[in-house]
This record gives sequence, structure tokens and C-alpha cells, in this order.
Amino acid sequence: MSLLDLITIAIIVFVLFNGILTAVLGVIWAERKALARLQQRVGPSRTGPSGILQTAADAIKLMLKEDVRPGSVNVVIFYLAPLLIFTPIFMLWMVLPFGPDWVLSDLGIGLFYIVAILGLSVVGHVLAGWASNNKYALLGSARNAAQLISYELPLVFAVLAVGLLAQTATDRPFSLAGIVEAQGSVPYLVIMPLGFILFLVGALAETARIPFDIPHAEEEIVGGAFVEYSGIRWGVFFLTEYAGLATMAFLATILFLGGWTGPFSDQVPILQPFYLLVKMAAIILIVFWIRAPLPRLRIDQLMAFAWKLAIPASLVNLLVVATIVWVQHQNGWELWVTSVTISVVSIVLAVATGIFIQRRREQRLRQFRQRWAQ
Amino acid sequence: MTSGDRPEDSAPSSPIEERVREIAADNAQSVEYSFDELELRVSRESIVDVCAALKSDPDLDFNYLRCLSVVDWQDELEAVYHLASLSHPHKLVVKTRAPIDDPWIPTTIGVWKGADWHEREGHDLFGLEFRGHPDLSPLILYEGFEGFPGRKSYEIPEQVTFYGD
Amino acid sequence: MATDTGLSANIVRDPVTEQAELSINMGPQHPATHGVFRMVLTLDGERVVDVYPHIGYLHRGSERLAEGENFQQITTLFDRLDYVANFNNEWVYVRAVEKAMGVEVPERADYIRLILSELNRIASHLLFYGTYGLDTGAMNPVMIGFRDRERIQQIFEGVTGARMMHNYFRIGGVKEDLPDGFVPAVRALLDQLKVGYEEARGTLTESEIFIERTAGIGAIPPEDLLDYGVTGPLLRAGGIDYDIRKADPYSVYEELDFRVPTGQTGDCYDRYMVRMLEIEQSISIVAQALDRLPDGPVMGRVPRILRPPEGDVYVHGENPRGDLGVYLVSSGGTVQPYRLKIRGPSFCNLMALPAMIRGSYLADATVILGSMDIVLGEVDR
Repeated sequence: MSLLDLITIAIIVFVLFNGILTAVLGVIWAERKALARLQQRVGPSRTGPSGILQTAADAIKLMLKEDVRPGSVNVVIFYLAPLLIFTPIFMLWMVLPFGPDWVLSDLGIGLFYIVAILGLSVVGHVLAGWASNNKYALLGSARNAAQLISYELPLVFAVLAVGLLAQTATDRPFSLAGIVEAQGSVPYLVIMPLGFILFLVGALAETARIPFDIPHAEEEIVGGAFVEYSGIRWGVFFLTEYAGLATMAFLATILFLGGWTGPFSDQVPILQPFYLLVKMAAIILIVFWIRAPLPRLRIDQLMAFAWKLAIPASLVNLLVVATIVWVQHQNGWELWVTSVTISVVSIVLAVATGIFIQRRREQRLRQFRQRWAQ
Repeated sequence: MTSGDRPEDSAPSSPIEERVREIAADNAQSVEYSFDELELRVSRESIVDVCAALKSDPDLDFNYLRCLSVVDWQDELEAVYHLASLSHPHKLVVKTRAPIDDPWIPTTIGVWKGADWHEREGHDLFGLEFRGHPDLSPLILYEGFEGFPGRKSYEIPEQVTFYGD
Repeated sequence: MATDTGLSANIVRDPVTEQAELSINMGPQHPATHGVFRMVLTLDGERVVDVYPHIGYLHRGSERLAEGENFQQITTLFDRLDYVANFNNEWVYVRAVEKAMGVEVPERADYIRLILSELNRIASHLLFYGTYGLDTGAMNPVMIGFRDRERIQQIFEGVTGARMMHNYFRIGGVKEDLPDGFVPAVRALLDQLKVGYEEARGTLTESEIFIERTAGIGAIPPEDLLDYGVTGPLLRAGGIDYDIRKADPYSVYEELDFRVPTGQTGDCYDRYMVRMLEIEQSISIVAQALDRLPDGPVMGRVPRILRPPEGDVYVHGENPRGDLGVYLVSSGGTVQPYRLKIRGPSFCNLMALPAMIRGSYLADATVILGSMDIVLGEVDR
């Protein structure tokens, strides 16, 4: 590798890194604005047009703030933990493609790389909680570890099903660019809606968003693992949360929404990143929308949901896809036959799960309605 | 059309008066009316027995301790128990006194759990010891506070420096 | 336990079972303790083994202060007890003095008091609705609750000139007559409240997660509730139909038609529902009272200097949080009370907190505390 290559990579990394950070500030602003609109408020409105500079001002404030370290912490780990949380999220962006050629490193096993790196940030959370020598932080990090480990499974199973499916249409089924190519004009959202829902639930839990924001739970453990952090160290945690959200939205776009493909995306390559960002924004907005009205689950309910519903459902999803793909291999079906079969089975499964949940909900609600209908 | 609380509204013959007299028996120092409420005075030694009897009697069933107040009468401290029944429309006031230089009254926490914090507050502010109470640690005041701010003899200082400052 | 500050990192390990317990301090600065309440929780994992509540951080000595104030001045102290239900507090106090002095209250004043107090009950329950949403982690309810509460506060501001500390009720009546256009304004407000109420119901009442979080949480047997002296929506949620407006009627409540909603299990969901239904009932009470609002003076015949005769009275009323009692001892001939004891409903309700929380999850602890809807101004006095 020549020096020029190194410099090029360094420049790209620099641009990417700062681009992500700026985008994250935008995401935070968008959340505050969207939440405000959902709650009959105005939201940030003073700093810059529509208050768009508010988050930048907040970030600058955080950087200038005094960095307070309590006397009783384990100094080395306390300072190391934010980095350990921060780094994995940005490592993910090395393999995330903005277009067929717009990618830093198109790994052949990109899917496995992502799954592996995603699990790393839990180490940082646990270390932060432990090093803070604070009971709220300890509880928060313990909850975080339990939650991340539990929801890693449905997430990973959903991602693996995508890889299996992509294998039918491309010879690079575990590269993210390969997956987008494999989807062609029919995104996997249509073929595998159950997988998409499971991925979204898993992503919500991984990024600790409401209704799964138990590791932070401001009303119970006052912010969880980050209680003792202040200034830009706390800011790093905060930015990482939203970077994680953006990453998850990006992944969902790549894996289920057809990535950069859209009308005329092949003819006009400059449209490709644009389509990608639009789809990503849509997913992020859905996440904000979920946040506004929903209360938070309790830790045991969260675990019950993971192990009783999400993990079995994701296993079934994987099994169905695997079986159908295997049958196709045996019988040499056309590609569209496979897609339609999987699509039908997946939609039936998703609808059945939905009806099952809705039934239970109605049953339970009927009790309450009867009790209070006086 | 008024609030209905005027003294002349109250019928001075309450249906529970006889029953209260029976239950209090020899312990009763006096049974009289104050506005519309029947008022029973007993000695401090018999307060727990009387209260327990008032609560367990099915005709009276004073299962709800509305309020427990301590009043400083300079030479004596008075504990006032406002009782009510939820099954009958009855109300009763029970009063008992303790001399200020020997301020103790047996606890009624065994009769109503709700006496707990009222008694702790009385102990805090008036120095009235509710004997037998499991935990008379300061409730309202901070630990190490000197004096009994509820008593008439307590002089409110001009400026209070916070303890431990 | 008395000396346990809960601040040191004391993890107690049982030598036999190897089980460790974590003592965690919640409050007085904690987002979910609704003021300056503090409790020390002993945890076994996520389970709460024991709770020890600490109060007194907001103690201002209201009772002792009252001994140095004129009877007329004490209303201001009552405004500051339960600072989200000011009118209800003032009302109980002025009724106590009126009872001691035998003062007649003009009918119009009585209706004005009732209307304002019931509106204040709605405002208080709306505040509960909002903060309870926050306690369970939802953000929307607080916005809906505060929006409608703000509308009520505006009416109050029009009547009394203040949003919270009104000092509007006088012994023998109210300070001055209602402003012009009060009745149509309140009628319009009631229509808005009904819309807002439906919106509020839709957000939490049938939310799956909210039900999961609150149903079956924090229930203790009704006998225990009574034994602890728990009153108000908490007691009624437990199925005991005890509302002072019905059980020991005061003012003109006997003439009005309303219902006392009760729950069955006494869990947090029932407490929430009882309060929500009380909003509905209060809206109907205010509407009825507006229809009947008579003309006439708003101040009765009261001596210029108030000197109640010797004796003691105990007056109570149904506050949004329960049974507020005032024990007033007058030594006769003085312009100041000899002793004034305030029985705050939150104070008595809090006594049952350890029994409710023990054995539940840490996350439930804040939900249970939130369902009690305490106001520390009244607990610490």
C-alpha cells in the first residue's frame, strides 16, 4: 500500500467521521423537532433557522463544560469506557455502502463483521457502570448487558435470514453491497416482512430506545451507566446513542429496503446516496414516532418478550427461509418462485403473529373495559 | 343554606354515647360534646385498652384513625385521637393527657398502623414519648435537632444554621 | 435502620445463602420522587426487599407558624400545603374557623367555593395524569395534562389574580365576586376539558404497555389500606367507597348528583382509573353547580376581628389526594389559634408505601410512588 493510498484513506475516514457526527447532530435536532410536533409543542426554534443549530450549540456547550470525575472511580476504566462505546459504532461505518462504489471497504463477510462489532459496545457499558462506583450506574450497566445480549439474538437471526435469502441471487451474499444487488427492484421488506419487524424490534432494543430504554430509565436509575459522566464524556455517550440509531436505520435500509436503489438510480448515480438517506430518514422517523406515546417496559417484561416471542419468531423466520432456499436448491426453482413462496409464508406468519398479539390484547382490554364500564 | 357545620345543627344526643360510656366504663374521665362531636377523656394508662375496645366493638367499629394531634397545654401535653368508622356514620374524639415533666403515652400503633408517623411527629415536635413505638427516630426534623419546636416554650431562633454546616 | 444513611456502598452478603443485598438511596434529588421525598431501598437484584422512607426536607413549621398569625392570615399557609390543590386546602381551613365561630356562609359563596375547588381537583388529577405518564416512561401525557391544566389555571388567574397561591377564600365567604363572563368561560372550559379528557384516556388508558406496567402492581388488602389511614383515590381504588363529599357531606354536595368511582383490586391501574373517572365526575359537578349558581352576596356577616370561642373543632374535606383534616384549638378571645394540626392526606398515604413496594421490582417502586400522587408540601408541612 502506497503512501498515497494511506493519505486517501485517512482523508476519507476524516470526512466520514465528521460527516457522521454532523449527521448525528441533525438526527438529534430532528428528534426534538419531531417529538415536539407530536406533542403540540414547537421544539427548538431560536438557534439558527428552525433551531437547527441548537444541537450544535449544545455540543459546543458540552465540550466547554468542566469534566467532573468523582473521587471514588477507577480512573483508567472510567476514561476508557466512553471510547469503548464510541469506537465500535464508528467501526461499523467502514463497511456500510452509500452506493455500489461509495464504500470504504466492501468486505465479503460484511454481515458477520457487523454482527460481531455490534456486540462490542456492551463491554463499554459494563465497564462504565462498574468504574463509576455508583449503584445506579451499576444497575444500568447490568440491565444494559442483559438487554443487549437478549436482543442480539433476534437481530442476528433476522440478519442471517437476509444473508440466506441473498444467497439465491448473488454470489456475495454476506457483503452489504451484494445484498443490495440481490434485492434488485423488490426490497426484502416485501419478501420478508416478519424479518423486518424483528429487525426493527431488535434495533430498538439495541439502541435502548423507548419502549426499551430500560438501561437509562431516567425515572428509576437516573440515566444508568452514564450517571457519573459529565461534559463531553457524557456527550460522547449521547452522540453514540444517536449514531447507533442512525447506523441501525442505515442497516435496515440496506438489508430490507433495497439500499440505494430507486427510480433512475442506475442512470443517475448521484441519486443513490440520496435514496439511501431518504429511506434512512423514514426509519428514523418511525422510531421517533414510536417514542412519543409509549411507556417503558419493565426489565422482566422485556426479557419475557425477547425469549418468549422475539427469539422463537426469529428462529421460525430463519427456518422458513432456510427450508425454502434448500428446497429451491434441490428442485432448481426459478428465483421469483422462491421469492413469492417466502413472501407468502412470511406475510402469513407476520399476520398470524399480529392477530395472535391483537387477540391477547383485546382479551385483556375487554376485562378492563368491563370492569370500568359502569 | 350553609356549610351545615354550625354548632346548633349538632344533635347533642348521639346514638353512640351510651355505647361509648359502656366500653370506656371506669376508664372514662368524662364524656361530653364539643360542637357536633362526642369527646371522651381517659387516663394515659388506659388509652390503648380503650382504643382497642373502640375499634373491635362491632357497634362502634372505629377502624379509621383520622388524625392524632398533640397539643401543648404548658403544664400538660394532650394527645387527641380523632376516630371515625367507615361502616357506621360515627365520629369520636378521644383525649388523654401526660404531664410535661413526664411526657409519655403508650403507643397505639398496635391498634391502628396509621398512628405510626403521627406519633413520630409528636415525638419530634413535642417531645411526647409514645412508649412502645418501634422506631421513634426523627421524622420531620433532622437528626441532632435540639429542642421541641412544637411546644409553646420553644423560642423560634432568629436565624437557624443548618446542622452539620 | 435509623442511622442508615443509604449513601455508603454497603452491599450486605448473607454468609449462608451467599445472597447479596444492595442498599440504594432514592432522593431527595431524584426525578421520580415528586419533590424532596427520599427513600432508601434494599435491593436483591432488581427486587426491592425493603423500603425506608425519609421525609421532612420541606418542613416549614406551618403548624407552629399558624400559632403566630391571625385567623384570616392563615389561609396563605394552607395555599402552600398541597400546592397543586390550593382551593381545596383553603376551603377546609375556612370551614374549620366558620364552624368554630358559627359563621353563616352565603349560598353564592358556597357555590363559588365548590366550583373552584372542583376545578382544582380536575387540575390536580390532570397533573397526576401527566406525571404518571412520565413515571412509566411515556412523554405525551405530560403535554396533554399540562395543556388542559393550564386552561384551568387561566380561569383561576382571572378569578383570583394568581395562578397558584390564591388566598381567595375568606372566613365567611370569598374575597370578591366572580369576574364578568366567568360562567360562559367555565362552560367553554368544560367543553375543552371533555375533549382533552378523551384524548388523555386514549393515550394511556388502553395502552398495552401502560396496563402491563400498572395492573397488579402495588396492591395491598383494603383492610390494610384503612389501617394505615390511607384515603382518597388510593382507598377508593381498593374498593372502599369512602368519599367525604358523600360520607360526611359538607357545603352543597348533598344537592348535587355525582358518583364516587371505586376500583376493585387497589393496584396502580385502578388508582389511575379512579382519578380519571373523578375528572369526569368533577366536570359534571361543576356543570351542575354552574346551573344552580345563585345571585347574592359573597361574604357573610363576620366580625372584623375574628375571635373564635374557646374549644376545639376538627373539620375535614375531600381533597384530590384524600382526607384533609384541620384540628383547630382556640383558647378563646385570642386572634390567633392556640394550636393548629393539619392532617395531610399524602402524609398518611405515605405510611403505606413500604407495604406496597416491598417485594416488587425496582422499576415498580417509582410507578407505585407515582400512583400515590404525593405532594411534599403537605407531607412535611
